[in-house]
Amino acid sequence: MKAAVVVFPGSNCDRDLAVAFRAAGAEVEMVWHKDTDLPAGIDMVGVPGGFSFGDYLRCGAIAANSPICRAVKGHAERGGYVLGVCNGFQVLTETGILPGALLRNSGLKYICKTVGLRIETSQSAYTEGYNAGDVIDIPIAHHDGNYFADAATLDTLRGEDRIAFTYTDNPNGSMGDIAGILSENRRVLGMMPHPERAADQGHGGTDGQALFRAVATQLTTA
Amino acid sequence: MKATVHVMLKNGVLDPQGEAVRHALGALGFDGVEGVRQGKVIELDLADGTSEADVTAMCEKLLANTVIESYRVDLS
Repeated sequence: MKAAVVVFPGSNCDRDLAVAFRAAGAEVEMVWHKDTDLPAGIDMVGVPGGFSFGDYLRCGAIAANSPICRAVKGHAERGGYVLGVCNGFQVLTETGILPGALLRNSGLKYICKTVGLRIETSQSAYTEGYNAGDVIDIPIAHHDGNYFADAATLDTLRGEDRIAFTYTDNPNGSMGDIAGILSENRRVLGMMPHPERAADQGHGGTDGQALFRAVATQLTTA
Repeated sequence: MKATVHVMLKNGVLDPQGEAVRHALGALGFDGVEGVRQGKVIELDLADGTSEADVTAMCEKLLANTVIESYRVDLS
């Protein structure tokens, strides 16, 4: 698998994401927000966590309009894989690649802790290494992770089995306890929790490893 | 010329910051504040001849996220 990880000014999980992809066997290139094209032959684009452009205007709004995001959108439209984590999820909703939006946490506080996530579907390249119903421990670190979508969008997400993860104990007010969602073709995943921060023994947990391994295996044998 | 863009969360979208302000006002003894909605005001200095349609396009593309926010443009 060849992966590109996007770097915006203010990204701070870009290298962690690259390390997690590499540990799963991927070849990784970093791409800068001003780049207008992705490197040739990229299977997967990682949009990392952080505070792109200082979270000015709205989280992810400026990043979503950067040159590289036009390329990422094109990649997604051609059926390419995209993983957006935390600020990366916010960027994907701002670009319209994924539906809904991330609002300020209902408790107004920035929350940084490990939470329980329920695997809602194993029907995706990202989650096939888990069983639906499994609960895994993954850290969250966000101020704006309160997932919002209108009723029709929520019905669609549920009806098409596109909710990837839910919180076992909703920390931020997200509708339907939603922590991560898939695109219609199931190749784009946006999630607020950080699987790349639970991908090495040194992290204190490795529940995120299966996500990177599954997707790397899928895209290597594909 | 100037344009002032008012961006507000849509009705029906929970505004936790507005709620926190409402509670704080109540704690200060201001009774009768039944709701607070917090938004933002964006002032644009524009070249003469910029049309309202241009400003609307700016709102749609960047200044507001129309999934959760509504906007109003005042030109002066």
